[in-house]
Amino acid sequence: MTTTTPTRTATPPRALSASRTTATAARVLRQLTHDPRTIALLVLIPCVMLFLLRYVFDGSPRTFDSIGASLLGIFPLITMFLVTSIATLRERTSGTLERLLAMPLGKGDLIAGYALAFGALAIIQSALATGLAVWFLGLDVTGSPWLLLLVALLDALLGTALGLFVSAFAASEFQAVQFMPAVIFPQLLLCGLFTPRDAMHPALEAVSDVLPMSYAVDGMNEVLRHTDMTATFVRDVLIVAGCALLVLTLGAATLRRRTA
Amino acid sequence: MMNNAPGSPRPGPAPTPGPLPDPHTTAVHAENLTVTRGTRTVLRGLGFTVPRGQITGLLGPSGCGKSTLMRALVGTQAKVTGTLDVLGHPAGHPTLRTRIGYVTQAPSVYDDLTVRQNLDYFAAILDPGRAAADRREADVTRAIADVDLTTHADALAGNLSGGQRGRVSLAVALLGAPELLVLDEPTVGLDPVLRRDLWNLFHDIATDRGATLLVSSHVMDEAERCHRLLLMRDGELLAGGTSRPEAGGDTPDALRTRTGAATVEEAFLHLVDEAKAAARTKETTR
Repeated sequence: MTTTTPTRTATPPRALSASRTTATAARVLRQLTHDPRTIALLVLIPCVMLFLLRYVFDGSPRTFDSIGASLLGIFPLITMFLVTSIATLRERTSGTLERLLAMPLGKGDLIAGYALAFGALAIIQSALATGLAVWFLGLDVTGSPWLLLLVALLDALLGTALGLFVSAFAASEFQAVQFMPAVIFPQLLLCGLFTPRDAMHPALEAVSDVLPMSYAVDGMNEVLRHTDMTATFVRDVLIVAGCALLVLTLGAATLRRRTA
Repeated sequence: MMNNAPGSPRPGPAPTPGPLPDPHTTAVHAENLTVTRGTRTVLRGLGFTVPRGQITGLLGPSGCGKSTLMRALVGTQAKVTGTLDVLGHPAGHPTLRTRIGYVTQAPSVYDDLTVRQNLDYFAAILDPGRAAADRREADVTRAIADVDLTTHADALAGNLSGGQRGRVSLAVALLGAPELLVLDEPTVGLDPVLRRDLWNLFHDIATDRGATLLVSSHVMDEAERCHRLLLMRDGELLAGGTSRPEAGGDTPDALRTRTGAATVEEAFLHLVDEAKAAARTKETTR
């Protein structure tokens, strides 16, 4: 045992510290590397689903185009929602969250760290799924596939944000998993995947107007049909990004340094 | 000071604050410290001091409020009223976050990271930045050696035994040489050899590094290893509080002498009976 021990430096905790955020993101990714099965499932399942879908709609490639593009936006949202809600719930129940918040870690550092780590994972997932759909399954996209990727990434961030937020209200993994149908399924039904939104009952159409996934799917369909970035596309992207930021902020507010 | 009493103000005159203890010799100073959880009052008006550079044992049966007191000290407990100063600041002050090492009762480490990766991460939170990388590495290596896990440094925390995971959790608290270590039942469930080694480590930390340790336990024979004692029962201090002349905690010897008991356990039981008898007399005279 050495006696020359470094004393703790009195770095004042700030709202957001770049090095603490990246350390957190690196830690989350490092945890995942010890869990290759989760990574494989995360990355492969969207690809397998798209593959299935392509041959389900073997006779009508137009339907595959529209549903496939929508799903490219929905997959990252759902998977990141699930992964984040479980990961942060574990952080809460294992006591590591209490420990971190007793240390000089800003709440923003933790949230941004998670968003960064899962955002990186979402890029890999979306890139593979988009590449497979566009180049191998013949998804007919009029616009740039890069724009598809952009929307997919924002969807993943939205999923991460929603997952972080609902994990505050789940006391167990069972509850956390049940939040998936509660939060995601209504959006899935109303986002225009099954029927165009303007063909729904006006009341439901009004509800779908305030659900973020509707804009995620709209954005994907804009890229599908138009060569350029349309005004609608820009609106959709801004709404999804805005929602993600808003929910992330709400998620930060659910982290309390002092708990009963 | 944190006199943020929620709800209606207490009737009667405000307690007159005594002379403030010197923060150079006193690590923790509490006066009229009360904590409620829901409708239950978990700590009832505690007053005590913890001297610097010594090991203070916080002893009492399970559920008596030891963990709540420790959480209040490190600033993670809500609904704390009264005075609670830690290292010269009100408990929970942001500058204290780098100066206190805290070990919860259940090991709080990431099971899907190795021992070293766990420590690397917490070290990066305490002492961030690329410039500090070398210092962090030395610190992490030392902390792993302190808890005798060098041979397990690259094992996943989830694959370790319960006692080993507890020591990983302890190693995290040792990072950065904190001035105050708050350890919630760190030796529970460990074999005698390991328990002795850990107590030796605690004494080294107090003497060589000048740190203050507050160690809780529900095993009374650990009391003999502490410099000072706070005995707790049902959210109140039976011994070691400032209402007694031995402010700064009783020494095990003083406690045994006063109660005429051979062991701290006997002394504890004696004090419990005394408190019960006192309560009964109060009841009958009413």
